[in-house]
Amino acid sequence: MSTDTDWEMVIGLEVHSELQTATKLFCGCRNAFGDEPNVNICPTCVGLPGSLPVINEQAVEFAMRIGAALHCDIRPSEFSRKNYFYPDQAKDYQISQYDLPLNANGWLELPDGFRVGVTRAHMEEDTGKLTHIGASGRINAALHALVDYNRSGVPLVEIVSEPDIRTVAQARAYASELRGILVATGASDGRMEEGSMRVDANVSVRPVGTGAFGTRCEIKNLNSLRSLGRAIEYEAARQIALLESGGTVIQETRHWDESAGRTDSMRSKEEANDYRYFPEPDLVPLAPDAAWQERVRAGLGAMPADRRAVLVSVLGGSPSSAQTDQIHAVVDLGLDGLVNAAADAGVPAGLALARAANELAAQSEAALQLDAKAFAAALAMESGGQLSATQSKAVLGALLERGGGDPAAVAKEMGFEALAADTLGSVVDEVIAAHPDEWARFVEGDDKLRGFFTGAVMKATSGKADGSKVAAELSRRRG
Amino acid sequence: MTPPPTATAVTLAAGVRAGERSAREVVDAALATVDAGDGDYHAFLCLLADEARAEADAVDAAVAAGKDPGPLAGVPVALKDNLCTRGALTTCGSKILENWHPPYNATVVETLRRAGGIGLGKTNMDEFAMGSSTENSAFGATRNPRDITKVPGGSSGGSAAAVAAGFTPLGLGSDTGGSIRQPAALCGVVGMKPTYGRVSRYGLVAFASSLDQIGPFATTVEDAALLFDVLAGHDPLDSTSLPSVPEPTMPTVHDGVEGIRVGLCRDLVDGCAPDVVARVREAADALAGAGAKVEEVSVPEFGYGLSAYYLIAPAEASSNLARYDGVRYGLRVDVDGDDVAAMNTATRTAGFGAEVKRRIMLGTYALSAGYYDAYYAQAQRVRTLVMQAFDRAYASFDVLLGATAPTTAFDVGSKVDDPMAMYMNDVCTIPSNLSGHPAVSVPFGTGADGLPVGVQVLAPALQEAPMFRVARVVESLAPTSEVAS
Repeated sequence: MSTDTDWEMVIGLEVHSELQTATKLFCGCRNAFGDEPNVNICPTCVGLPGSLPVINEQAVEFAMRIGAALHCDIRPSEFSRKNYFYPDQAKDYQISQYDLPLNANGWLELPDGFRVGVTRAHMEEDTGKLTHIGASGRINAALHALVDYNRSGVPLVEIVSEPDIRTVAQARAYASELRGILVATGASDGRMEEGSMRVDANVSVRPVGTGAFGTRCEIKNLNSLRSLGRAIEYEAARQIALLESGGTVIQETRHWDESAGRTDSMRSKEEANDYRYFPEPDLVPLAPDAAWQERVRAGLGAMPADRRAVLVSVLGGSPSSAQTDQIHAVVDLGLDGLVNAAADAGVPAGLALARAANELAAQSEAALQLDAKAFAAALAMESGGQLSATQSKAVLGALLERGGGDPAAVAKEMGFEALAADTLGSVVDEVIAAHPDEWARFVEGDDKLRGFFTGAVMKATSGKADGSKVAAELSRRRG
Repeated sequence: MTPPPTATAVTLAAGVRAGERSAREVVDAALATVDAGDGDYHAFLCLLADEARAEADAVDAAVAAGKDPGPLAGVPVALKDNLCTRGALTTCGSKILENWHPPYNATVVETLRRAGGIGLGKTNMDEFAMGSSTENSAFGATRNPRDITKVPGGSSGGSAAAVAAGFTPLGLGSDTGGSIRQPAALCGVVGMKPTYGRVSRYGLVAFASSLDQIGPFATTVEDAALLFDVLAGHDPLDSTSLPSVPEPTMPTVHDGVEGIRVGLCRDLVDGCAPDVVARVREAADALAGAGAKVEEVSVPEFGYGLSAYYLIAPAEASSNLARYDGVRYGLRVDVDGDDVAAMNTATRTAGFGAEVKRRIMLGTYALSAGYYDAYYAQAQRVRTLVMQAFDRAYASFDVLLGATAPTTAFDVGSKVDDPMAMYMNDVCTIPSNLSGHPAVSVPFGTGADGLPVGVQVLAPALQEAPMFRVARVVESLAPTSEVAS
């Protein structure tokens, strides 16, 4: 193969999402992250002899919401057993949906309008968690292993995309958009760092213009969008280098090593796996009726794309690229309601968006608790000239820290009282009088000195002056 | 060897409820009888003496307080050792669980207790219910109380023997391919498999989940109906448990067979030993004499049942038994090094007997990539054919009649080295497991060797009531034991 070939990546993503049900998928144990090991367990989720699974209705409801949000057909489904021995697997088989998934044939639209097909979104149970204890922490060097079955039986939905993704940016956008959708459905908290959303990437490469897919590798252990991007980048480059040097790609599972920045073969573990799937005889088929499906579809709230569209229309006109980024950030953090409310209250939408994307986003947990009226009132003071931008930001910061309050009272308490126009004028005059040489140069056209005079006025007013008004005063005097 | 006569459960419970005898007396007597007599049979793996006495005292206290202790008040029940009993050894006849004490009770154990019944002890069984002679137990074989040179059948041979020996009027077994009915036939007691889903499987250690069903052993059809009525019902812990609340069968058990259409199923008779065939035909004639409309019927699809069963059951078993890996409970054999897989292998190699290993291998093979369609999927298609064949037969008949087992009880040791010969014991019982239908074995005289013959009454799903009526008539017209000598 010639070395001047242009290569194209072909990427499909498999996303596992834990569902935030109160209890596990097949038993009544608590579904919670971070508890003491092995406290949320019972005969069923530890796989004791004689125990049986019973499906959790709330988990089915969440799975259907995900299917509906991804435009899937929700259809009669069945559970199967995926058989393999592993100590974190309580029954040495995993109950999962195989040939008859609950949701199939959907799609997800990226913000740029590109649609990625969703092959299926099926239900399955999570495994327990193994901790290898040993000098280096590596599996091979472990002295022994501890198993925590708290996670065993936690409900998961696995969302499998079609191999429609062609770039790293699309892969990141897909994962990010999917995360937003999962959160919007209420089915998941979408926290990659806690493992409640886990992404595996199937990556292959092919010469641009070729129809057939190349041999793919599955990359595991991608714990952030950053890892996802880096790993795909690395893996595609590895495969291209291999092919260009006359080698062949072997279909295998590879492990992303975040610190080393490379993927390593895990094939040894995969080699002999024949999962011997067969229908799970302890469960009956799962076929949500039309009325239930209808309730789920009707109850689905606005998805991130819808909410971004609302913000765009609230802004009016087409947003700048900075504003587009702000819109994404605000919707991802669920702060769009605050922006909409402020706009409804008469605050300029661009201002509300900017403050939400910066000041509120910096403390998003607290911002989600913030009263929309207080946010709107603070911004109204800013847009009305009672507060400078700096002061407004400080007031918002104080409101977030205190968990709310009356912005006017907070501003007063912080000493932010707007300077009367005549007061500002006399301060500007004093500053000019104190710096005659600089003023002369400014009048002659040295614009760099605008910042000098603005800063001096601000200092003289202890930051109470509104920057735009200072500029106006300076311009008026400059003539 | 003549087993002691046993009061029926109906009689015993009535006496306890009326305050004529205490549950404690009944239980103490039963424990003493087992102590004195079980050395010959090895029906029990362990007795729940303390628990049984405490439960008996609770029944007596209820009676004293004027409360209803339930329809099984004070009746000792033998529990197959694959039923989980909280805090009490539950081994499934396997070395791999030789020290396992479940932290919970099977639903049937709870149900039994609420009805006033007393779990007297855990009975021997073929390991993980795989076998037809109770010789595959890791803890030694059980002998047939009718003749201790013979096997009691299996896999629920311990419970069958306990009832046949007069240790308890009632027993519980599990029936995956005939494991209640075949030992009932060989031991000369009544044994019944309910409709799949009628009795909760929660706490029954799984062999083949789509086939397993818990059912009663008794000395009379009426007693079997009594215990079935107690056990049947919906259990939210078992997804395959039927939602409907069944009508009790006891009220109609003596209603006779006038007008009932009985199909004498040639495929469940032909091929059996001549003395067994003779008894089944005699039973059919007796039913006709009692007013039933008896006709012969052929259901050739039953001939494929055994092959389908010996793929489906091992396939499910290979998965169900994967959990015995030494990680969480049961036997663990540590090996040099830190390799979990090596520990798994060593544990399973040491913990499972030959028949269990054989079936795990068969089942693993049947489910393997490239073989699934030819074996497991094909067996499921045959299973559907068998169900459809039943449906056709039941369009013309209310119940079917056949043999339970091809022969009377065979010699201990005679088939242990010939798995296929052992598997043939289930040929008449397997069709009902594949279809999920109820069936009952009723003693009907003896064979040429003087050992009991069982006649099997099969019924469509949920038709336990007419099935018991027919079984009761068969029982009442059975030749008395004068043939035995």
